[in-house]
Amino acid sequence: MKALMMTWLSALLLMFSTLAQADLTIEITRGSDRATPIAVVPFAADGESLPEDVAQIISDNLQRSGYFEPLARQAMYDRPSSSDEVQFGQWRALDVRYLVVGHVSREGDGYRIRYELMDVSGSRRMLGESVTASRNELRGGAHYVSDQIFESITGIRGAFSTRIAYVTAQGAGDDMRFALYVADADGHNSQEVLSSREPILSPAWSPDGRKLAYVSFETERPAIYIQELATGQRVRATSFEGINGAPAWSPDGRRLAMALSKDGQPEIYIMDVASRNFERITNNSNIDTEPSWSPDGRSLLFTSDRSGGPQLYRYTVGSGEIERLTFTGNYNARGRFAPDGESIFLVHRSSNGYQIARQDLGSGRLVVISESRWDESPSVSPNGTMVIFATQQGNSGVLGAVSADGRASYRLPSAQGDVREPAWSPFLN
Amino acid sequence: MQFKSHARSLALALSLALVAGCSSTGGTQDGSMDGTRNGGTGTGTGVAGTGQVSGTGIGADGDRAGQQADGRIPEVRTIYFDFDRDNIRSEFESVLVAHARYLRSNGSARVVLQGHTDERGTREYNMALGERRANSVKRFLEVQGVSPSQLEVVSYGEERPAVRGNNDEAYAQNRRVVFAY
Repeated sequence: MKALMMTWLSALLLMFSTLAQADLTIEITRGSDRATPIAVVPFAADGESLPEDVAQIISDNLQRSGYFEPLARQAMYDRPSSSDEVQFGQWRALDVRYLVVGHVSREGDGYRIRYELMDVSGSRRMLGESVTASRNELRGGAHYVSDQIFESITGIRGAFSTRIAYVTAQGAGDDMRFALYVADADGHNSQEVLSSREPILSPAWSPDGRKLAYVSFETERPAIYIQELATGQRVRATSFEGINGAPAWSPDGRRLAMALSKDGQPEIYIMDVASRNFERITNNSNIDTEPSWSPDGRSLLFTSDRSGGPQLYRYTVGSGEIERLTFTGNYNARGRFAPDGESIFLVHRSSNGYQIARQDLGSGRLVVISESRWDESPSVSPNGTMVIFATQQGNSGVLGAVSADGRASYRLPSAQGDVREPAWSPFLN
Repeated sequence: MQFKSHARSLALALSLALVAGCSSTGGTQDGSMDGTRNGGTGTGTGVAGTGQVSGTGIGADGDRAGQQADGRIPEVRTIYFDFDRDNIRSEFESVLVAHARYLRSNGSARVVLQGHTDERGTREYNMALGERRANSVKRFLEVQGVSPSQLEVVSYGEERPAVRGNNDEAYAQNRRVVFAY
């Protein structure tokens, strides 16, 4: 009997590992010293065995954000599942500021999650809700609850229900394998979008979250493709001679900025997605690439070596005015706006290597926020609290994330190959 | 430019001058930590026909055996670049001259000049730098009399490293232009 169970277990494990092979895991590398203590009590389940530990997912999400420091489960004397069972004094004694309790039950073909959020110091209930999740969406339900809790306490919209796109690469020389994936923001539920023996890079989410634009060399020449995620349908948007690179959607989703070298060296162009008309916006004998739209769609950030080395410039739509933004150091590239448009995140080179930096646009002050020597490709979460980027762990490329203030960070290692080129989706709900 | 005592062909001198002139607007930069140039590293690393190129078909397009040396695609099909540079290193001039000779005498032959950088710096910017290197080879060949219609530039940036590794030796082998016939 025991043997039979073990066989079953290993069969299950095997199945799980096949399903999950491209998923990323999370390793917290640094917690913020300003994190607020919170306790997320394991949710009651009426003796049911559930496929996911909802409270753990919520707790991990909150911890990853850098805003919260969840209490370890071993430290919980009591495990209430609703507000009437809570003895606030007990939680105050544990120095917990907020408390989350809840209950998961089966309902129809899916689940019902009931949760409550309490302010421990004020002994009051802040939030309570009952939500349903279909059979395969219990994780999604946990992310939704995380979003509500995060917003209720911080006032900032939660981004736990978002997704990330990234590229994996294996091998070297003539024998390489590239793949484009989309996964939940916590690395779970990865799905392959495209695989190729030729390079794939620069994935960019459309503002409605339904499409990805990316560069693929599958024809042995670079071309920009636009692919609908739900159906897999795609079109080749550009395949000019030379570079077809760095696609970036305008906030209204109607235009795609990009770098094309069809007229010599790479220049920034804006393509009208419907008409396929192109407007060239830079014109010089230097490199201009890596465009990125401001959140209001009125300007574009781009990298140019017109001053010698790469620096970031801003192009104003309408006036055509171009202004240099970065002056700290001799290598600043691949800028991305924060969602409020008040600061930018970029790759900055210093004596410590290539790192992710934030520059305040008002003061011009640049602050390095990542820690390793090989950090690149920053992409900002839609609520502006986190930046995901590509970094190195040992000899492998992995994804890392850091809070916008640089205080908290985590990594998303993968079991296989290099992971790079992360792109954080917009809000999807 | 100073005149060297030994004689060079006029075409070679011309092509060097042109290449130098064209790249004077700004060097190729893979990006260094400290701005120092690792001069000398990688000189001759695996240069002699190490099979960097997957292209096979020697003597395709009716270049029949029996033609002399010019009928064969030159064996060395990868040249390397210094850090932060897109100029042709002097030890590779003869390689380029050989390819130019081959292409001139085989008008139907076509080659893709694949530009590569090392992995330091951002990916799309490196795409541009790889293109700059391949273009510098293209200009050299054109000055040598090769028809532009025989040449195509494709930059791979840092996406297809020849070798993996975060060290100067790996970087030196990855900063290259490959002749893919």
